[in-house]
Amino acid sequence: MAPVPTAARVVVIGAGIVGNSLVHHLARLGWRDIVQLDKGALPNPGGSTGHASNFIFPVDHSREVTELTLDSMDQYKKMGVFTESGGFEVARTPERMEELRRRMSSARAWGIESQLVSPAEVVEKVPYLNADQIIGAFWTPSVGVVDSLRAGTIMRQRALETGALTVVPTVEVIGMDVEDGAIKRVRTTGGDIEAKAVVIACGVWSPKLAAMAGARIPLTPAVHQMISVGPVKRLAAQQGEICFPIIRDMDTFCYERQHGADMEVGSYAHRAILHNPEDIPSIEQAKLSPTEMPFTSGDFDPQLEQAFELMPDLLGEEGAEIRYAINGLLSLTPDNAPILGETPEVKGLWSAAAVWIKEGPGVGRAVAEWMTDGLPEIDLSHSDIARFYPHQLTRSHIRARTGEAFIKTYGIVHPGEQYESDRNQRLSPMYASQKQLGAKFFEGAGWERPFWYESNVGLLEEYGDRVMPRDNEWDARWWSPIINAEHLAMRDRAGIIDLSAFAIFDVIGPAALETVQSIVVAQCDVALGKVIYTPVLDARGGFRSDLTVMRLAKDRFRVVTGGAHGMVDRKWFADRMPANGTAQVVDLTSAFTTIGLWGPRARDILGELTRADISHEGFGFGTCRDIEVESLSVLASRISYVGELGWELHIPSEHGTRLWSLLHAAGSSYGAVPVGIGVYGSTGRIEKGYRAFGSELDSSRTIVEAGMERPKVKSAEFVGREAYLKQRVTDPKSVLCTLVVENHTSKSGTERYMLGGEPILTSSGGELLDDHGRRPYVTSASSAPSLGKHMLLAYLPPSAAYVGNELTVSYMEELYPVTVGSSDSTALFDPSNERIK
Amino acid sequence: MTNVLVCIKRVPDLGGEVRLTADGMAVDDSSVGHTVSSHEECAVELAVQVATASGGEATVLTLGSPESTEQLRNALALGCTNAVLIEADAAAYGPADVAAAIADVVQAHSEAGTIYDLVLVGNDASDTGDFQVGIRLAYLLHRPVVTGISTLSVVGHRISAQGSSPEGGTEMFDVPLPAVVTVMEGGIEVRYPSIPGRMKAKRATIIEVQPERVPVGSRRIELRLPPAQPSQVEILGEGPHAAGAVVELLEKLGVAR
Repeated sequence: MAPVPTAARVVVIGAGIVGNSLVHHLARLGWRDIVQLDKGALPNPGGSTGHASNFIFPVDHSREVTELTLDSMDQYKKMGVFTESGGFEVARTPERMEELRRRMSSARAWGIESQLVSPAEVVEKVPYLNADQIIGAFWTPSVGVVDSLRAGTIMRQRALETGALTVVPTVEVIGMDVEDGAIKRVRTTGGDIEAKAVVIACGVWSPKLAAMAGARIPLTPAVHQMISVGPVKRLAAQQGEICFPIIRDMDTFCYERQHGADMEVGSYAHRAILHNPEDIPSIEQAKLSPTEMPFTSGDFDPQLEQAFELMPDLLGEEGAEIRYAINGLLSLTPDNAPILGETPEVKGLWSAAAVWIKEGPGVGRAVAEWMTDGLPEIDLSHSDIARFYPHQLTRSHIRARTGEAFIKTYGIVHPGEQYESDRNQRLSPMYASQKQLGAKFFEGAGWERPFWYESNVGLLEEYGDRVMPRDNEWDARWWSPIINAEHLAMRDRAGIIDLSAFAIFDVIGPAALETVQSIVVAQCDVALGKVIYTPVLDARGGFRSDLTVMRLAKDRFRVVTGGAHGMVDRKWFADRMPANGTAQVVDLTSAFTTIGLWGPRARDILGELTRADISHEGFGFGTCRDIEVESLSVLASRISYVGELGWELHIPSEHGTRLWSLLHAAGSSYGAVPVGIGVYGSTGRIEKGYRAFGSELDSSRTIVEAGMERPKVKSAEFVGREAYLKQRVTDPKSVLCTLVVENHTSKSGTERYMLGGEPILTSSGGELLDDHGRRPYVTSASSAPSLGKHMLLAYLPPSAAYVGNELTVSYMEELYPVTVGSSDSTALFDPSNERIK
Repeated sequence: MTNVLVCIKRVPDLGGEVRLTADGMAVDDSSVGHTVSSHEECAVELAVQVATASGGEATVLTLGSPESTEQLRNALALGCTNAVLIEADAAAYGPADVAAAIADVVQAHSEAGTIYDLVLVGNDASDTGDFQVGIRLAYLLHRPVVTGISTLSVVGHRISAQGSSPEGGTEMFDVPLPAVVTVMEGGIEVRYPSIPGRMKAKRATIIEVQPERVPVGSRRIELRLPPAQPSQVEILGEGPHAAGAVVELLEKLGVAR
């Protein structure tokens, strides 16, 4: 065993699949003096990798997860540790069958070969399955199993061969020293190591390690039960580890996977059994390994019966015994996504945690790239550790949400589905009033946001069929025609919208201008009182964000961005402040609340409350200033994300209730109504072709592809400028288009409405491929009530991106005709922006 | 037809390191699972084998908290057909109390028509190691007892039992039924539960009995951990060359034959 070095360029803590992959990719990318530690012995130090069932189903509804999985499969294959078995996800209920059709959409969108098959076709490949129990299945031939311990050894070995790595097992980290907000030293039972970069790849122990440095990794160790039954003669007669396809019994939340002569049965159906990282037994205390906790058979008994129903002859075979049974620990997070990236609390301290076997090598590569040049090739926005707000890092929140999330592992999760636990965290000053108005609250970044108001139900009569009612329960779940009615009322009269969920921070100080200039694309050297909408790019010219900046003073810029991405944006800005402190980021999210007032009567309504000149000449579009609204002082900003005349009204939070009631009082005679986020986030913007970060915009998209380039590029240097200049003179490899659904009628006669994520195909259902080699899919879908149409946004191959092109969208395995309505950011509604004036 | 009663005790399922509770009166089981001792696993296996071979029934009994039903159901999954829980705080019971409580059940069942020809207990419990219950029970039941038995078979109304002698060699006993036998691990291979067995166990009814006597207790003063054994590592070899030495060692340990 090597002694613990006294210094390293990077210390990777953990020798599970993630730590091993990381050291390999760091070495490959040129890092030297890498030290890898683990408190356990190699090759299986006792973490979750050691007891994983090791199978991979590539299709997931999330593009990010799928990309990480496909990259991992590729790496496993190249190491020779992947065995393709094929896999079925079987359905026992019609609801699940519909979900499997939705899975087909994802498979098509990500380009993974899959098909829906009959019970008989399942039995053909899995003869011991009782076909009477199922009504169909989703077959993916590329499903397989990996040897994750062997893969870890190979990757570690490769790093060792470069001379870049020192591995020290059986050494435990007992502390970490932080100086001036940056990691300085790792203290271990084998001595101290000085290092400027440290990665926590410790799976279920990660929160405990992070806490040593004062950082937080919000995951909880949770039990996944698994048993192994054997020997089964039929399986023992086959050569190799796996010869039969893996079965995921989706409705019972179980899987059955051959492992040599045994059948492993695993479950995600039992109650959520959560542990605390500090209560995991030590290696010495543990009977098996620390993460193979004692099996609690009572929790598993219901699943045994269900597994037995599905495979009675095999699991009931004489002599087949439950030889191994564990409560295996794995990592759960509050939103079911991994936790990757540099911790916001400590510079140089990285997290690579809450990762499944299927994503391990891909995550190792992505985090290594991120550490090397700040840019993983795969967009990791949904996994970024910076995404969490403080309340989301508390143990109570983590336990509540992971307890709820556990059952979603195999669940049918609607894209609009809301969490029920630990709600009412962040309430706007208008919350009480909104409750009285019958607001249907959705959660965003902990905020309770009215999605629509039941008080507007009367509008349904006013607008009749123009609200585009949906008959199908799935299409109408987490939705209401009231959203479309509010939309129409806003376009006809005015809407009052609570925008408290905005994240707001100021960049201040003598170097504020040059600092903001260096971060965002748009020109910020503008007159005071200008409002700038701008993309934010990474060095490769992909989107980091899009947001608005108000120049409030010579040395003060106010950044307003979406709540969901606010913490990540804040870190992106804070990380780029000058070292000498001449510009600073000040978070004002909780100081201000924002109310939007938009619609043709917006000026009339605001005019009732203010003596300020709010005429088009007196208060132009794209400007902001303080105005008096009755006895309130309000920062009014004349911009719009819904394509109407109006203002964002920013006011100290404590005045929010007053402003809200003033606007409603003044608005009532003009027919103004409260309008929810259903309009602001979907219907209002899609008619205007406005893009949303996280849907249309992410690090794999460019300004040119998104059709958002402006005639000029500022001369000041900014992140991504060089790449952007190059993109501007090169043909785009894909083009963001607006599509209009021409016919909604399904074979059964029901009108169907796409919700997003569906593949776009040729008019005859053929595949389309853009010049990146990606397949087009719907990035956003929404009613466009003013146009009486359902609209979709999708990146198309340049050759298909022309107005009038007739294509199809595949939804629940039926094709619906669509037409390209716009091949750039030209809006289909009010294309010349007359209404904003 | 031989009816067998096998008595088991829920104990912590320990790894390498044993910790005691703060008062030093028990093994700390807060972060570990629970099981029965290896002796009792063998006793359950013998009970199932004897009952099955003779067409009798194997009944499993324990004295302990309601959580002990986990161990009773595990035994039911392995082939026992009935289960009895004497619901009591096992920590308050000394070996004499446990023996008396079991004897009460045996007598009560006998009066009700179920006679246990053979009562099996483990040689000693893995947490307290008192080595007393079997002998005290036999005394209370006026039955013969043999201890340290690793294999046995029933022929007519007699049992033939074998165990290892402390001096080396094998001790062989021929004992008339009814009798009490304390079982020592090492003579037989135990089975794991099957899925159908587990499903049957889940549905089985457990007879709950309230103890009649006030326990005297174990009069234990405290438990102490022995000083840590110095760990010794011997490297048998490296790479493929080590294979021969590994096989030799496994054979010596009796793991491979």
